[in-house]
Amino acid sequence: MASLVAPQTLYDKLWASHVVHAEDDGTTLLYVDRHLVHEVTSPQAYEGLKLAGRKVWRVDSVVAPADHNTPTTGWERGIAGLEDPTSRLQVETLDANIRAHGARAYFPFLDRNQGIVHVIGPEQGATLPGMTVVCGDSHTSTHGAFACLAHGIGTSEVEHVLATQTLVAKKSRNMLVLVEGALARGVTAKDVALAIIGKVGTAGGTGFAIEYGGSAVRALSMEGRMTLCNMSIEAGARCGMIAVDDRTIEYLRGRPLAPRGELWERAVAHWRTLRSDDGARFDREVRLAAAEIKPQVTWGTSPEMVLPVDARVPDPDREKDPVRREGIERALAYMGLVPNMPLTNIRIDKVFIGSCTNSRIEDLRAAAAIVRGRHVAGSVKLALVVPGSGPVKRQAEKEGLDRVFKDAGFEWREPGCSMCLAMNADRLEPGERSASTSNRNFEGRQGAGGRTHLVSPEMAAAAAVAGHFVDVRQWR
Amino acid sequence: MERFVVLEGVAAPLDRSKVDTDQILPARFLRRPRKEGYAQFLFRDWRDDPGFVLNRDAFRAARILVADRNFGGGSSREQAPWALADYGIRCVIAADFGDIFYANALKTGVLPVVLEARVCQALRGALHARPGARMRVDLPAQAVTAPDGATYPFAIDPFHKQCLLEGLDDVGITLQHEAAIAAFESRYRQRFGWLFHGNV
Repeated sequence: MASLVAPQTLYDKLWASHVVHAEDDGTTLLYVDRHLVHEVTSPQAYEGLKLAGRKVWRVDSVVAPADHNTPTTGWERGIAGLEDPTSRLQVETLDANIRAHGARAYFPFLDRNQGIVHVIGPEQGATLPGMTVVCGDSHTSTHGAFACLAHGIGTSEVEHVLATQTLVAKKSRNMLVLVEGALARGVTAKDVALAIIGKVGTAGGTGFAIEYGGSAVRALSMEGRMTLCNMSIEAGARCGMIAVDDRTIEYLRGRPLAPRGELWERAVAHWRTLRSDDGARFDREVRLAAAEIKPQVTWGTSPEMVLPVDARVPDPDREKDPVRREGIERALAYMGLVPNMPLTNIRIDKVFIGSCTNSRIEDLRAAAAIVRGRHVAGSVKLALVVPGSGPVKRQAEKEGLDRVFKDAGFEWREPGCSMCLAMNADRLEPGERSASTSNRNFEGRQGAGGRTHLVSPEMAAAAAVAGHFVDVRQWR
Repeated sequence: MERFVVLEGVAAPLDRSKVDTDQILPARFLRRPRKEGYAQFLFRDWRDDPGFVLNRDAFRAARILVADRNFGGGSSREQAPWALADYGIRCVIAADFGDIFYANALKTGVLPVVLEARVCQALRGALHARPGARMRVDLPAQAVTAPDGATYPFAIDPFHKQCLLEGLDDVGITLQHEAAIAAFESRYRQRFGWLFHGNV
């Protein structure tokens, strides 16, 4: 019978195994396995549920932390440390909603395992291969690293999933991104993600589900794969995914919410089928040579405005297309940059090492290795390290990384989304410029008027020490 | 959701491409309760510029926005279409939309209309030439009428068209399939038992 079935992509398989009902026009009810919930995009969803007198369809699918607007200081003061009244209201509303409706696991503000939703999902084993994973957050694509169909949804869809355990969806097209070869020293998964976005653009993946493959992707750790899948949405794709291999399975073994015993064995047997079949057809293929990827720095106000660190700021006069030229001019004006200046001459005011893209233990180890025995430049006003979760923070402290950062003049903070989107007190002031390991350099993303340059943890750490961007490949 | 049938009103040209949801509604306003409204925070960080299109008298009452390429990329925040709807903008015309924004707009009663980039550009040109000109968006006929009377057809899938026309809550529609969901779940649980923890 298998011979009658056309070769399928990983995405085709994940989609097909979750179809509850399909209309002739392709409108599909898709079953949801894991629903990650946080305090900012869920209050109206729970309120809608209550107003309609509906219940949560499957309580054990819900896993929730408070992460988006929690403070990264003052935890010793307890809930009083959450000074902003609107943030506190959202955090307390999530508490009340989880109390009323239940969840498989809840990581409230101040919990020792609290953290960024896309860090704790895999860390807890709440993310398992083959799942559909949704969350009211666009970086849900992160979980695709585990061969999940994982994507962000809006608040109405959060309510829809709570009430029905399904989403109304239409299938995307398949896109394969192949990165072959070996990455140079100092080049990370973050640089691969930015290089891909630089190549395809922020709308290049619109309407597509991306699968990442090739020897350079297979060589990435699970944390590196999460970084890569995390930024799929920055290429316009709702979801990005990577096939299961031994590394996937070893990462999950023994995680708190992962299956055990006989169930584990059955699960692993299924997980090993979660790869694209030989000969599976993709609607679009993009190829990158790993050896050609250099450390990346964004210079503009969109993640596609990115260049290798040894490049110069673009000159709008050399752009023939008038729309693109105007876009470059506007971005340079906002960013306060001069055409043709070397990227390594850009001086920074603040450094942020954190976010669902780059706040895991390997990210912190890599950054710490750069700053060990050195000091943050006097011109840098603030250098923050915000671990992705309680367990990441404890592991880093066990390894002494907190001391390395503090001795170098970094602040060592409590976990949360923090300066990635500046919903708490961690932000850029107007005109301030950051080296940031987060995922978006949109105007005002890190604070109104703030200027963001996206880089890897190594590049951010080196920029903190030098006070400007440096090519981390030449760092000694 | 408020019904959407035929919309006629002032259309405003937004010349930028890649208008992400952080521009439509900056993150610092996301904490605001829905009922307090988001109208005054729509494009908040552009509104300080007196030249910004919605600050100009002719476009202040816009009901339709004509944008460029890649409108609504980035964050999944549904507060972005809420801000548009609260301001009174019930239709955005663009060459393409971020996937998540597109889905969220439909659920908010804001109609996202995809027209070719050159058509969007021509429409914006016409609106600049005649500030305050009106356009018409006819959902049953799936057509946009430009200020000069030219019409442009657009596509929308039948399910979302019906939801918009009737102002339907799609949770209610989905729950018509309640038995099918339960049956699927039961089969699914047999096959993938490790995905079920048991209710807690």
